[in-house]
Formats: sequence, structure tokens, C-alpha cells
Amino acid sequence: MSDHEYTPKSKVGKWFNDRLPLLTLANHLTDYPTPKNLNYWWTFGGILTFCLITQIVTGIVLGMHYVAHADLAFQSVEHIMRDVNYGWLIRYVHANGASMFFLAVYIHIFRSLYYGSYKSPREVIWIIGMLIYFLMMATAFMGYVLPWGQMSFWGATVITNLFSAIPLVGESITNWLWGGYSVDNPTLTRFFSLHYLFPFLILGLVVLHIWALHVPGNNNPIGIDIKKPSKDTVPFHPYIVIKDAFALLIFLLIFAFFVFFSPNILGHADNYIEANPLVTPAHIVPEWYLLPFYAILRSVPDKLLGVIAMFAAIFVLVILPWLDTSKVRSTVFRPIYKQFYWFLVADVLILGYVGAMPAEGLYLLIARVATAYYFAHFLIILPFLGLKEKTTPLPLSITEPILGGSPDMAMARNNSNYKEKL
Amino acid sequence: MSDSEKKKPNRRDFIVTATAAAGAVGVGAVVWPLVDQMNPDASVKALASTEVDISAVEPGQSITVLWRGKPVFIKRRTKEEIDSARAVDLSELKHPEKDEDRAKNPEWLVMLGVCTHLGCVPLTDKGDYGAWFCPCHGSHYDTSGRIRKGPAPTNMEVPKYEFVNSNTIKIG
Repeated sequence: MSDHEYTPKSKVGKWFNDRLPLLTLANHLTDYPTPKNLNYWWTFGGILTFCLITQIVTGIVLGMHYVAHADLAFQSVEHIMRDVNYGWLIRYVHANGASMFFLAVYIHIFRSLYYGSYKSPREVIWIIGMLIYFLMMATAFMGYVLPWGQMSFWGATVITNLFSAIPLVGESITNWLWGGYSVDNPTLTRFFSLHYLFPFLILGLVVLHIWALHVPGNNNPIGIDIKKPSKDTVPFHPYIVIKDAFALLIFLLIFAFFVFFSPNILGHADNYIEANPLVTPAHIVPEWYLLPFYAILRSVPDKLLGVIAMFAAIFVLVILPWLDTSKVRSTVFRPIYKQFYWFLVADVLILGYVGAMPAEGLYLLIARVATAYYFAHFLIILPFLGLKEKTTPLPLSITEPILGGSPDMAMARNNSNYKEKL
Repeated sequence: MSDSEKKKPNRRDFIVTATAAAGAVGVGAVVWPLVDQMNPDASVKALASTEVDISAVEPGQSITVLWRGKPVFIKRRTKEEIDSARAVDLSELKHPEKDEDRAKNPEWLVMLGVCTHLGCVPLTDKGDYGAWFCPCHGSHYDTSGRIRKGPAPTNMEVPKYEFVNSNTIKIG
């Protein structure tokens, strides 16, 4: 794991490290060589780690006051909000923390898409990341059910009913998931149990994600291989630590804005009405971070095919490293892909928007076009573009654009300038 | 691998296979209770039937009762509603079922008030067929609770029920 032999200076340290090489690990993490051209889009890994820890800590505390029972859950959440000391703060941090977590993970994923971080030799990092993303969605969905409001109940009903689309065994599976014939107390208690478990599975996967990252090392904005350690790298500490910490502070400003000034803006008012199995709210809308997938589900007129399309939208991301045939990682050197990249960003935002709108008329049409484009991007455009596209020349090293004659250091920092220069 | 293929299975191969097989059965026996505990339990199954007093329901009116955690629509249909349900040609239907088979007593339609798409509760007296409309994803049902338009794959389900007497229906 370590790039060089490490021996602790103190005698006690050496004694301990010979028996459990924790200090070698700490040294590896401190000295870990990082490309020196990493920009602020690379700070979201640290931000995401912070988000996960925040969710775990606030969640454990909320679990001390929450009661997982269909008759008591709704009241216990109000009890947390009104009676428990700082309960309102802890719950708002937890609820908005989920949104912040997804905001950061989407930026992290789109950064990876832009700079080709999913490509060889980083496919395993990417796949583990997708597993984390999938578990995050499952965890967030189950967490949203726990307050037992109207959106909790009906969101749970709609999502668990997805499984009833499976031929032959669908009904048995949904009854098994529910522990009954509808979403009810047995469903709530098992969701609570799993909602508590999954973050720790995510934590385990995060360790693997980082471990897999530390084998090839970080990708970087120009996406070329670097020798490490070399003049192209800086040690993780203090350079990246300070940069990550600064980005985290900015991120926390946004986080705090939501928590203190508009804690309910990302939620839905219907969830302050206690669950009622006899009345469905007029518009069932999932949390914002699931809207693109919800739009894909609704855009297909057939129940089973809609469910398949929704899961395929996630699965297509898993196999992305093999769908993108281009050997050039960074979009900086791919002028045509760069345009398609921004089309995809727009497409996902449009899907998110129509996912929040009623599935009828023009919205439905837009959702169908956007769904078709989403799959076309991954299944048609990426494989062909990689073979056809004429990429601009890659620099030989991170420092080459600077040492190659330009006296302007700023040129090296601004990616878009590479293209003009090369 | 090619070596062992040539060799005849010996006693050690037998014991490895037998151990693996016994192990698999053991793992299965341990896993099954852990899986089956999630299925509907005895207390849930015990709530299998419910009796409903329908004496106060006027023609055209509909009541909703809870059975096994799900809403059940009990609709006393008007003459026009029955006629329109029975006049439909079966070839027009996505899930062809005769109204006669869905409502044994034509005046009373009893069915699960659960949209067969993703389980929302449809709104009564709404939609293109003047009967039920699911607000979640836009499924329209006719006066017999049959799917006519939208993503739902099948008609709303008719549960097992019987008339205990002229004023009471037993569902389940």
C-alpha cells in the first residue's frame, strides 16, 4: 500500500507499528502524492465524507428519541421538533443533510464524467461509487418514510409497488417487503432497521472506494497519467487537506443557509400531515434528488417496462467505463464530447424538472424525449463518438504546458486555455 | 483441471462434494427463517375478513372501508352507471372482464380501491369515464372499475366477498 518504506521515529511507535501498521497507513495517507493541478471539483470527496459522518452522527442521536411505530412515529418526530433539547436543529441538519449529501454526490459524479475519472484504470472505483450511490438512494428513501407523514406513506407505497411489476412473483415480493398486504407498521419497523444499517454499509464501501483510489492515484483535470511521486505531484497533507477544508467551509455556508433559513424548502408540506391509508395526496412527488429517475419511470406507458427503464438508467452508469470507447480521459481534449456532456447535464436537469410536474400533456412528451436522449447518450453517442472523434493533442506532463515556453503561470491553472495553446 | 478430469473421482472428491452439499442445505436452513420473518405474520393474517353495514348507502353513493390495511370501495351504482358498464364492448378493454363477472349484484360494486399501477387510491367520480381516476400517474377507470386509459396494467381487483344479509357485506 505504501509507496516507500516507513519507520516510526519513536521506539513505542516502532514497537506498535511492527504489530499493527497503523502508523504506516497514517503516513501513506499524509504523504499520498496528489496531482498538483487538481481543481475545486476535486474537493467533493472530502465533502462527501463529511456528509456521511454528519448523517451517521445526527441519525444516531435522532434514533434515541424516535419511535418506530405506525401509531407513534409521527408524534415522536414532532416531539423531537418541540420538546427534545436542540431536537429541531438535529433533525433539520439530518433532513437537509440528506439533500446536501446528494447535491455533493451529483457534483462528484458529474466531475467524474467530465474528466473521465471512470476510465481505465479506475473502473473499480467508479463501480464502487455507483454502489454507494444506489445504497444512498435506498437509505434516503427509507429515511423519508420514517416520519410517517402522507408523503412518507404514499412514497413508500409507490416505490414498493414497483416490485409488483415483476411477472409471477411480484405480488409475493411486495407482500414480503411490506410484511402485510399494504404499507403498515411492519414496513415501518423494517425500514427503520435498514435505514440504520445502510449508512454503515456505505461507510465500508467508502473505505474500499478510497482504497481503490489510492492504487492508481487521482485522476486530474487534464486526465493524463502522471509519475508519482514526481514534480507533477504534491503530498496530500498539507496541500490537499487545506484546499478540501476551505471548500468544505464554503459548502457548510450553503448547508447552514438551508438549515437555519429555509429548513423545509426541500421537503414537502404534505409530510406534515400524518399518514392516512385512505387518502392519496393530489401529487406524489419524491425528494428532488430522485426526480430524474421518477420522470423516466413515468415516461414509459407500460408498468413493467417503466420499472425496467428506471433501473436501467442506473445500471447504464455502472457499465459506463465500457460504453465510453475514447481513450482520452479529460473532456478538455474532446471538443465534440464536451458539447454532448453539457447536453447530458441539461437533459438530466430537464428530467428532474418534469419529474416534479404532473405526468400529462407537454410534460409527458418532454419526459419521453429526455428519457430517450438519456439512453441515447450512453448507448449510442458515447460508443461511437469515442471511435470517431478527433481529440486535441495531450500534453506530455502536467508541467509541460508551463515549461513548454509560456511564461504565464495562469495558463496552467486554467484548463480551457490548454486548447488554445496546443 | 485437465488432470482431474482424466482421473476417476476418488473418495476425497466424494467427501468434498458431500460436505459442500450438506453445507449448502445447512446455509439454506439458516437463511430461510431470516427471510421468511419478513412475510406477513400471524397477527396480520388474522385480520383477514371484515363485515360492513351498507344499509345507509344511497344509490350513486360510495363508501370506503379499510380491509387488511387497504381501502375497499363499496359503490351503490345508479341505473345509468350499470348500463354504461355493461354496454362496453370487451374488445375495447385492456384487461377484458365482463361487468357481470365483477359485480354479481349489479347494484353493488365491491373492489379494492387500489390503483393497479403503483398502489395509490383513485379518486371517486373523476376522470374521463366519470368513475375513478388515479391522481398519481393518470389512470382512468370506468364504472366497473376497469382500466380504460393510463399506465395501470389491470382492472381494480375484486376481493372475495359475500352478502351476509341484504344490509351487510363480509369482505375476505
